[in-house]
Amino acid sequence: MRVLVAMSGGVDSSVAAALLVEQGHEVVGATLKLWGGPSDSGCCSVADVDDARRVAQQLGITHHVFNLTEEFDRHVVAPYVGEHARGRTPNPCIECNRSMKFDRLLHRADRLGFHRLATGHHARVGSVGSVGSVGSVGDVPAPFQLRRGADPDKDQSYVLSMLGQEALSRVAFPVGDMTKREVRAHAHRLGLRTADKPDSQDVCFIGSAEGREGFLSRRVELHPAEVMDGEGRPSGSVNAVELVTVGQRRGMGHGSDGKRRYVTHVDVAARRVTVGSAAEALRSSVLLAGPSLTWVDRPLAPGTRAVAQVSAHGRPVPCIVLAQPDDGDGMEVRFDDPQRPVAPGQTVALYDAFDPDAVVGAGIAE
Amino acid sequence: MTYLDHAATTPLRPEAAAAMAEVHTGAGAGGLGNPTGSHPPAQRARRLLEEARDEVAAFLGRDPGDIVFTSGGTESANLAVLGPAEAARQERGETVVLYSAVEHPAVRESARAAAKAGFDTRELPVDEYGVVDPDALARTLSSRVTSVAIMTANNETGVIQPLPDLIETIHRRAPNAYVFTDAVQAAPYLDLAEVTAGADLVSLSAHKVGGPVGVGALAVARRVVLEPRQYGGGQERERRSGTQDVAGAVGLATALRVVTAERAATATRVAGLRDRLRDGLLESVQGAYRTVPAAAADAGVDVLPGHLHLCVPGVEREELLVALGAEDVSVSGGSSCASGALQPSHVLSAMGVAPELAAGALRFTLGYGTTDADIDRALAVVPAVVAALRRGG
Repeated sequence: MRVLVAMSGGVDSSVAAALLVEQGHEVVGATLKLWGGPSDSGCCSVADVDDARRVAQQLGITHHVFNLTEEFDRHVVAPYVGEHARGRTPNPCIECNRSMKFDRLLHRADRLGFHRLATGHHARVGSVGSVGSVGSVGDVPAPFQLRRGADPDKDQSYVLSMLGQEALSRVAFPVGDMTKREVRAHAHRLGLRTADKPDSQDVCFIGSAEGREGFLSRRVELHPAEVMDGEGRPSGSVNAVELVTVGQRRGMGHGSDGKRRYVTHVDVAARRVTVGSAAEALRSSVLLAGPSLTWVDRPLAPGTRAVAQVSAHGRPVPCIVLAQPDDGDGMEVRFDDPQRPVAPGQTVALYDAFDPDAVVGAGIAE
Repeated sequence: MTYLDHAATTPLRPEAAAAMAEVHTGAGAGGLGNPTGSHPPAQRARRLLEEARDEVAAFLGRDPGDIVFTSGGTESANLAVLGPAEAARQERGETVVLYSAVEHPAVRESARAAAKAGFDTRELPVDEYGVVDPDALARTLSSRVTSVAIMTANNETGVIQPLPDLIETIHRRAPNAYVFTDAVQAAPYLDLAEVTAGADLVSLSAHKVGGPVGVGALAVARRVVLEPRQYGGGQERERRSGTQDVAGAVGLATALRVVTAERAATATRVAGLRDRLRDGLLESVQGAYRTVPAAAADAGVDVLPGHLHLCVPGVEREELLVALGAEDVSVSGGSSCASGALQPSHVLSAMGVAPELAAGALRFTLGYGTTDADIDRALAVVPAVVAALRRGG
């Protein structure tokens, strides 16, 4: 098949490309230039493009660079900034997957006559009909499943949880069946220059020196806020209310009982943060906004049990999904046990209660 | 392979390759000597270098002593922009550097670096064809101006500046200002000795005229005072230190000799091929139009014979290049950035081309090796690829 591989310059996408070449496909590599500003996080800087290009050369495949900086700014960076100004905490990597990689790039791959778009994500496209999963590109019959990758420490199904049947029919995750160690070993065997390259940790457009606060403070006004306890008694302040998330412990100090305090409520407009004990900060459910709901195959019926994961490497917890209480079009995810609150704007990925490696859908917390 | 990107680089002329090989194989024991020295290998190297210098000087209508060999067009541009500016600052304490809005990045970024270093730099606006506005130029000229950079012909559109007229204006209003012209793209087709006669600084790049990558030249008129950019042994009369690339210089000189011998015939032939390509594409690619319109010719604006710049709406330029590359047709989308991605063209924006139209810009540049078969193939492939991309794959 003709396969376009998105190569970030990291070892996972390098090996993904290598595997496809070994499998005899007609492979072309592409690196996306997404961020035009300074970046040291190791994703898609000029050095990363050079790494991706060099690996492509070592594999004997053509390599292109696609300039999507304008769209990236419009669909990922601007909303990231705008949402923070409203006190929400979006995950830009999820938005990038949603609007850039598995939308624009996928359509570009179609137009250019590629049968598949492959990435180095640790995830698997499976089939309901077959046992286990299919790691290589092949004719997996519909309906498609999105499954966790083989390495539980590196599983990236969470950031792919918005994908549906149409996208899944045209993507491939060649390293999804491998552990990270196996990926690096493979890269070493091939002598790829990225074999030992560290994984990129942070958001690709925020440098480690400036951090989220530095980045945002240059683009929106951040406001200090009063911190109060549950009884309305003042107990401190924070520099930037827009950066405080519900459930946060960092910076909140201790209560008069000597115990750690957690954010229980954030009111951006009123510039007020409320703190309480760990128990007071727990929530029994989270509401997912109707328009944000996506399903891998079919929507879950209200009353269905599921497993929820609320962050990229968070612990999956059992839950039940219900219709939104006040007749809205959203869904309520009620946890079996109260959990740290999910910040508004965060993605909640839902997995099958009876097959917890399979993603069933996702939504964004209100 | 249908190669239509000669503005990016040109195939090495066999004559140049042979002459360069001979520089090494003809050397005795000890190999190619260092031209700075007195023993026999040094003498030979020096002779080859100076013969090459004579040829380059003749090509530009200059004195051999005015020719400085460099590592290419970019180094020449940096030296031409920053060298005199730095010297003027050391002497007078102030400098004004003018540059046109359509200069090659080697000149534009040198001017930006000058601005960052505290020099007073000003951009000269151009009209819708990319030609320097003579009134704006006249208004900006003063006795404070150290140098004016206006390229002979543009690398993206091929538009030729009315250099003799512009130079005359500069001489009249700012007689002490140096004129620097980037002649890199014009070199294969124009008689530079004539066209750049009044300029003080003229830059050349070997690999744009069928010579090797890695060598270029800068003509520096006697009156120019410049601070070198590269210090060391004082070669090139203190203007550019470093052991000269003798083989490269021979390659450049040989290529220029061939260009001169064939110039008139090549220009006519290439223009004919370009016109056929242009007419064919305008007819079969729906919505495509010439970035430099036909009306430009009526206004006395000429384009280099090998250049064809089109805007093709309704397709993503990057996709067009990928798809054409897959068909073995090599063209260019215009300017690239450090990572190799396409970026919006400052040339088109200076000409007033709207960004959404500039997004579909395609540059075809023919050269001495282009044949009818190349044009046939391009006319067969380009419209089909555009249609396929517009259909959605």
